[in-house]
Amino acid sequence: MISDPHDNLFRALADPTRRSLFERLCRDGEQTVAALTAGAHVSQPAVSKHLGVLKQAGLVRDRHEGRQTHYSAQLGALAPLVDWTSQMAGFWQSRFDHLEDLLKRMDQ
Amino acid sequence: MTQQQTATRSIIVERLIPHAPEKIWRALTQSHLIEQWLMKNDFEPRLGARFTLRAQPMGDWNGIVQCEITEFDPPRRLAYSWRGGSAKNPGYGSALESDVEWTLTPEPGGTRVRMEHSGFGPENAVGYEAMSGGWVRILERLEQIAAEVQS
Repeated sequence: MISDPHDNLFRALADPTRRSLFERLCRDGEQTVAALTAGAHVSQPAVSKHLGVLKQAGLVRDRHEGRQTHYSAQLGALAPLVDWTSQMAGFWQSRFDHLEDLLKRMDQ
Repeated sequence: MTQQQTATRSIIVERLIPHAPEKIWRALTQSHLIEQWLMKNDFEPRLGARFTLRAQPMGDWNGIVQCEITEFDPPRRLAYSWRGGSAKNPGYGSALESDVEWTLTPEPGGTRVRMEHSGFGPENAVGYEAMSGGWVRILERLEQIAAEVQS
């Protein structure tokens, strides 16, 4: 089962427009809503709404400067999905299982 | 994007296994036995020996783990370096300069087997550099998972 915080993350990235906004922030760094809208094929209010969903999932952070809002990607939010340390921990647990199976077979 | 975290992390697995240390030692140090529980390898049981393990390739990493035996004390202690991966891979297959240490301690009922795999740096978690080549694939995978969550 995937826990609720992960649901937010997956739902936020399930939408292609949001994913492309997030990808652009990953690739090009911090940008204003206006700059993001210029590259998107949707209206500025729609972009703002998508950014709100990404923000709620912890994927972007906003910074206000004058009348502009700047958004940046928060790659740390992807940690549960790309943390190799935890993947490797699972790898070693399963290898220990195999080792124990082998030791049993060696008795025979 | 800056990385604040610099300390390395370890994976520790410890189990009481109902077999004698000598037998477990064989499973840890004989090539044809290692293959049965870990990976294909060309392990040579002596201090200083270099060997390779063959894992699943990922991205521009060919899946080969380069190892060198740094401790060989039958049937108690075995340690080897574990290097492989590529800086372009996020998660599985990311660049790793690490060490694996085995400690076997006899106990009533068997042997306490402790494995410590140390040297996981922040780049093995979520480094921006490590991410830059692989996020597209991660996002593609996320899309599939998200579809499953929603259905």
